Amino acid sequence: MEFDLGIFVQQLISPDYVKGAFLSVAVAVLALVLATVIGFIMALGRTSKSKVMQGLSGLYIWFFRAIPALLVLLIIWNALPQLFPVLRQDWFSPFIAAFIGLGVVEAAFMAEIIRSALISIDEGQGLAGRALGMSPWKVMTKVVLPQAIRIALPPTGNEFIGLVKFSSLASVISLQELLTTAQVGVNITFRYAEYYAAAIVYYLIIVTLLTLLQSYVEKKFLWTSRTKSKKPSIQAPQSAGVAS
Amino acid sequence: MTHAASAPQLGDTWNDSQPVLKVRNLHKTYHDQQVLKGVEFDIHQGQVKAVLGPSGSGKSTMLRLMALLEPADDGEITLRGRRIGVRERGGATIALPERELAKERANIGMVFQKFNLFPHLSACRNVMLGLTSVKNVPHKEAEAQAMAMLERVGLSHRAGHYPSELSGGQQQRVAIARALVMNPTVLLFDEPTSALDPELVGEVLDVMEGLANDGMTMIVVTHEVRFARRVADEVTLFDSGIIVEQAAPDEFFDNPQHERTRKFLSHVH
Ligand SMILES: Nc1ncnc2c1ncn2[C@@H]1O[C@H](COP(=O)(O)OP(=O)(O)OP(=O)(O)O)[C@@H](O)[C@H]1O
Ligand SMILES: [Mg+2]
Repeated sequence: MEFDLGIFVQQLISPDYVKGAFLSVAVAVLALVLATVIGFIMALGRTSKSKVMQGLSGLYIWFFRAIPALLVLLIIWNALPQLFPVLRQDWFSPFIAAFIGLGVVEAAFMAEIIRSALISIDEGQGLAGRALGMSPWKVMTKVVLPQAIRIALPPTGNEFIGLVKFSSLASVISLQELLTTAQVGVNITFRYAEYYAAAIVYYLIIVTLLTLLQSYVEKKFLWTSRTKSKKPSIQAPQSAGVAS
Repeated sequence: MTHAASAPQLGDTWNDSQPVLKVRNLHKTYHDQQVLKGVEFDIHQGQVKAVLGPSGSGKSTMLRLMALLEPADDGEITLRGRRIGVRERGGATIALPERELAKERANIGMVFQKFNLFPHLSACRNVMLGLTSVKNVPHKEAEAQAMAMLERVGLSHRAGHYPSELSGGQQQRVAIARALVMNPTVLLFDEPTSALDPELVGEVLDVMEGLANDGMTMIVVTHEVRFARRVADEVTLFDSGIIVEQAAPDEFFDNPQHERTRKFLSHVH
């Protein structure tokens, strides 16, 4: 059997693959948002003065770092609906189960990324904000977070790419994401090479776009006037002012 | 009781013949180490007080306590006749919660040794942030005030630059503008020129001298003896958590009363 370019191209442009790729990305995006929110709370807990908060968030991180994501997905999809009738209703789709499952697991890793970003911000920053009279909330949102985000961005990009790939785990709870789409096609036609190759192309496209997006966002966090004004900001000798 | 954080509230009985800032019996202990052992002084409106003293004697700690950045273990800080940092409840004094402290901090400006500018904001935004996020000044108005303040420290032509694009001296001048724009009752400086290359010290001291001439009330922890002599109304020697000597510059430098002052001056001269 030779590699059939026709089958390959046909699959590449088929709606099934587009839909599968979209589901993979959508699950990854929502899981990352959920992981960032929970991870931020856990990071605050880990850095808080309260021993109870430290303990609770430590417990969360310990637990979800230990349990395989696959097992979490199976528990959410199979075990939880047996325990909670609300989850037996129609709205609880494989898609929702997948992004929640991947999100709560990913949160344990995001917590560590966010925590190390937060503690890497110089103490003098918070001190300066507080000295101006800023409330703890303002110090966090206006001073610490913008700086922490810059530090957390590159590792978060890695996690995001990981999540796109981990979304294939959701095939076990019957989510038709990208890899499952390929697998279903293979099971019918046995054209392994063509169907898998199409999946590879999609993964490459997704990750390339994400990498471009990441470098675009990172440029936003460069904090120089160079990108914003056309004038080169070379240090001119001191001229006017009190100093001279 | 409501009061705008912007206008330092006048105590009922305060007038400017009384000290604008009064510190009494200030104590602070870290772990087992007693860092402040009963600091006391007054400063009047428009006065400049220079604080000299050996490293590790507790000067920065004293400033942080006065700026309400850390709670004192004991003692009183009174700003314009009103005790700050605490409130009375049923005869006992309790520390204010963080949100209330934040409001009072806006009345006390602080300039740090390492500038502590916000690296993600341009010089102008650094100066604006206190206005927009603490005093709720509208953006346009805040920008105008920030620009005026940058002009005052001679940096209006660097308004759009980020801290990483400014020299140390320029950064410190922006930091002064950032504190100044809040219109503080008193401005505290913690070794504002110690982190600077020698050739950049002058521009910062010049700005500070300008403020002093404009009548700003300032407490300046410094090693710049020449600045202390020329600009300060009163010079203080701080050692091992207490104020050892306090006198007018000529007195202090030419005729110190305490052995420890003489010893200290013999090292720095
Ligand atoms: N947050 C803190 N926790 C524990 N110890 C502290 C803390 N801050 C200061 N100290 C200790 O208190 C003492 C006084 O420190 P401080 O920074 O106030 O001295 P300083 O006079 O400003 O010295 P320098 O001239 O070096 O700036 C030092 O021994 C220091 O180790
Ligand atoms: Mg110090």
